[in-house]
Amino acid sequence: MKSLPITIDSVSKAYGTYVALDDVSLDIQAGEFLTLLGPSGSGKTTLLMALAGFVRPDSGKLLLGNRDITRLAPNKRDIGIVFQNYALFPHMNVLANVTYPLALRKTPRAEARQRALATLARVKLDGLAERNVAALSGGQRQRVALARAIVFEPRVMLMDEPLSALDKNLRETMQYEIRRLHDDLGITTIYVTHDQREALIMSDRIAVMNSGRIQQIDTPQRIYDRPSTRFVAEFMGEANIVAPGSARRIDGAEASRETLMIRAESFHLDAKLVGRDGVALEGMLRAKAFRGENWLLTLALDSGQEVLVCIPSALAGGCAELATGQRVTAYAPAAKVHAIPGATA
Amino acid sequence: MLEAYPHNTLARILLWSFAALAMAFLMLPTLVVVPLSFSASNLLEFPPNAYSLRWYENFFGSATWMAALRTSLILGTLTALIAVPFALLACISMNRLGGKTATTIQSILLTPSITPGILLAIGLFFVLAAQRLVGTLFGVLVGHVVLAVPVACIVLLPALARFDWNQVQAARSLGANWARAIGGIIVPQLQLSLLSATLMAFLTSLDESVISIFISSGRNSTMPKLMFLSLRDQIDPTIAAISTLWTAIVVVVVLIVTLRQKS
Repeated sequence: MKSLPITIDSVSKAYGTYVALDDVSLDIQAGEFLTLLGPSGSGKTTLLMALAGFVRPDSGKLLLGNRDITRLAPNKRDIGIVFQNYALFPHMNVLANVTYPLALRKTPRAEARQRALATLARVKLDGLAERNVAALSGGQRQRVALARAIVFEPRVMLMDEPLSALDKNLRETMQYEIRRLHDDLGITTIYVTHDQREALIMSDRIAVMNSGRIQQIDTPQRIYDRPSTRFVAEFMGEANIVAPGSARRIDGAEASRETLMIRAESFHLDAKLVGRDGVALEGMLRAKAFRGENWLLTLALDSGQEVLVCIPSALAGGCAELATGQRVTAYAPAAKVHAIPGATA
Repeated sequence: MLEAYPHNTLARILLWSFAALAMAFLMLPTLVVVPLSFSASNLLEFPPNAYSLRWYENFFGSATWMAALRTSLILGTLTALIAVPFALLACISMNRLGGKTATTIQSILLTPSITPGILLAIGLFFVLAAQRLVGTLFGVLVGHVVLAVPVACIVLLPALARFDWNQVQAARSLGANWARAIGGIIVPQLQLSLLSATLMAFLTSLDESVISIFISSGRNSTMPKLMFLSLRDQIDPTIAAISTLWTAIVVVVVLIVTLRQKS
């Protein structure tokens, strides 16, 4: 199967005065797994629906390979979609659901059946072909939806928060399975989620969206460690945005004049674990909480700003003895201190 | 449910008696024509002194009544066949458009069901007269479709509101055009509502008299029109025989549909 690249070129969409997509441009490579990540109302689902053909952009272009699909009917796009609620057809059994796209393509019955069964085996649903959709568990429905979306060998797959209805354990299993399926098929995949962990685990690249715009598009690691905006920094995890001047260099060199982002888990309480070029933040311990795998300390800097410090239990020898009100210095290595251009704390 | 009522025997007896009275009040006027229709007398009299099937023979032997029956059944069938698909498409578009546009379309579509029948008939008469369609079967059909569309919409709108539209989008993404998505995904799942809508549309046409009186004529006369005219001109028990048959047909159709819905 040959998968295709996707080009999203300055796409905008407004509903009345509400701007759902604000001049969005994005290139997705053939075979890439790209995640659109953002809070609800950020435009990620609108963008996905525009690709699927259910939302017509006010302006801009959508290209599948070299083909302009901006105005192409959804049924002519050959894009497999997995919906949030699966959207299985309750009046058909599992096999009929999966053969449906093949029947529409006039695939001979025997071949359609064989391909559907092979696809069901691929998503580990062998033996359930004749089962009624209503008799399936959430995880099984999810797999039927996947099988139905890939059985006709689409060039692109779109997934709209497909795991949000599953419980935590199943969700983690499915994250790996969907990723493995993607790797086996090599199909260009655009995945929508509001769960940053899911995005980090599954994606080749993540596009973080907010208020109809793409804030940053990068590899999971760079999105996490090198966020380009304050929004991205805070959306991806426990981020401290530290005002210029609050942090001093351990080696006494002149401190950065920029707003810094330091993740809570980047801190150590032992200066020896951090290089000489690292930074130190001193403040009063306002609160501490034991969270099992780590301790969460809340420091109040002299400027009044609060900083979250997360120390892994394995390295937190002294945390239990710390008393609130006492002065504590937290150290972070230079590699984990990231200046956010243009941001203010 | 009934379990919610106190376990007081007197209260239960009163409740059931009241329900039985209400049912009787609803049913008796319809049932009273049944013995009348088997009367041997030349007049409508209750209770009849002697019984016979002569009025049924009279009905089935009359070319006029048979023509009217045929007209009514054809009209009812055509009305249902036209009004239900039209209403389904209208309901789908209202469901998709949403907001003020949908509300506007809905009020326009439902207007005929709240307009007094006589006004509708007069209006229709002038419109059809301009098209030289007064007295034709087609003219009456137009009138009946106008009346049946709101009836079908009232049945289909809530059914579509409960329908998961993602299924249609899924079907479209899997390669189905509009017609196939509606025919293969929506229609099979709305089967029961569509059946009810068809029945209601059919009965609306079967039962309609005002438009028929204004628009139909001669051999295009419908059953209700002929029944009205014969009641005015001559009162004989044929009308009771017809009413009994009419009731029987409606009861049978409703029973069949209800039983199908249960299974």
